[in-house]
Amino acid sequence: MKKNLHSYVLSSSFVVVILIVWEIGARVYNRSFILPTPTDILWKLWELRSVLLFVHLPATVSVMAIGLIASIIIGIALAVWMNRSKVAEKTFYPIIIVSQTIPIIALAPIFVVWFGYSIWSKVVVTFLITFFPITVSTFDGLRSSSKELKELLLTMGASKKDIFFKLDVPTALPSFFSGLKVAVTFSVIGAAIGEWLGAQAGLGYFSRRMMTQFDGASVFAPIVLLSLVGILLFLLVSGLEKICLKWRR
Amino acid sequence: MSKQVLQFKDVTFHYPSEDNTSLDSILEGIDFSVEDGEFVSIIGASGSGKSTIFRLVTGLEQPVNGDILLNGKKMTDRLGKVGYMPQQDLLMPWRTVMDNAVLPLEIKGMKREEAKSHVRKLLDDFGLKGVENALPSELSGGMKQRVSFLRTILSGSNILLLDEPFSALDAITRLTMQEWLLDQWKKWKKTILFITHDVDEALFLSDRIFVIIKQKPNTSIQEVKIPLDRPRSVRDLSQMDMVELKEQLIEKLRSRVEV
Repeated sequence: MKKNLHSYVLSSSFVVVILIVWEIGARVYNRSFILPTPTDILWKLWELRSVLLFVHLPATVSVMAIGLIASIIIGIALAVWMNRSKVAEKTFYPIIIVSQTIPIIALAPIFVVWFGYSIWSKVVVTFLITFFPITVSTFDGLRSSSKELKELLLTMGASKKDIFFKLDVPTALPSFFSGLKVAVTFSVIGAAIGEWLGAQAGLGYFSRRMMTQFDGASVFAPIVLLSLVGILLFLLVSGLEKICLKWRR
Repeated sequence: MSKQVLQFKDVTFHYPSEDNTSLDSILEGIDFSVEDGEFVSIIGASGSGKSTIFRLVTGLEQPVNGDILLNGKKMTDRLGKVGYMPQQDLLMPWRTVMDNAVLPLEIKGMKREEAKSHVRKLLDDFGLKGVENALPSELSGGMKQRVSFLRTILSGSNILLLDEPFSALDAITRLTMQEWLLDQWKKWKKTILFITHDVDEALFLSDRIFVIIKQKPNTSIQEVKIPLDRPRSVRDLSQMDMVELKEQLIEKLRSRVEV
């Protein structure tokens, strides 16, 4: 615990140092449309608080939430299926891996053509980005369940269902959570990229719009919020993980 | 003559292989029977097929030929009928002592609360009172084995198969656990089949010892009766006839290892 605290102290003091250097540097440079100072950004955040918090934040958060939930449901379903059937594994696993070589950002305009400026074009981008870590980590977790324990359960007369719920699921949980932690941070990126390409609201959309107006501080302000959302989601998942995996102290 | 609870009749087994060239872990025409309430040890060099016999008894494998009888009846579906205690304790690290112990009851469909109260009554006997909420990672090796044995007892079968359960324990803990096991065996009136590679352990615990003799390509079983009364103490092992018996056993095992 003490060690943890110590490492937080180090990293946050480093951030403070960077911010101070940035503040001084930007003041000296004095072109706020290119490099605003951190205090400019904070002021801007305060000035724009109601439009950012009540219009753009909810838009972005709903894109992330729908995309993530779809990823979790479909990712788990596919992982379970691949774990059950060799045919499913041989069919889908290579495709899932190869699909990651397609730059999703490059595909995003197509989704705008298909789904228009509605929420769904952004949801699809978020889904495609978060789907991979969840599916692969859940599948790897399921696959790592102990053969010896499975045989022991069989000698107790366990059914397939028993083995799945009493052995496979608890075994897969730790790696599912690792995958989910990666996915929630990716979902911020997915939503922001989706919004750049076509949206009427959202933090990513707002940031990009301000860029065209050379308002540096307003470009940064929503990014600060986006990163806060990412951190918050990550902490949420970590907390859930701690509760679910109490035995792994 | 008392009841036979486990019989192998002319059992042949080999792992399915396409070309049939690998004659390892083959059992051919194995016959033996175990009586109700007996303590029988199986010893043999590693790779001689001890574990294969256990896999056949539990029903994880089926014989290619011959019959396996449980409690006098031929049984093909033996899964869930025999209590099996594996070599490593194989406790689920995410379950507490209590939750690990109730596992076989859970699988049999008993209600959680009922199963737990059932286990609670036994905790004291197994020296596990006060640690029921501990995780396996917090227990000593001997304690883990006691949880594992409790779980095996709770399978409810009259036949228990113990696969080198004490091989990972230090010598002192091992001796304590052996004496404890004999107490439990007497108390529960179970039939125990016990795999070990330790001749002393087999001599101390068993009524009979099955020595697995692997003569390529087949495997046969030789039976040795232990001429000791119960209760026994470790000191009995230094009697003249026991020392001779031990030497004979080691000789039997050694001649096969050289092959």
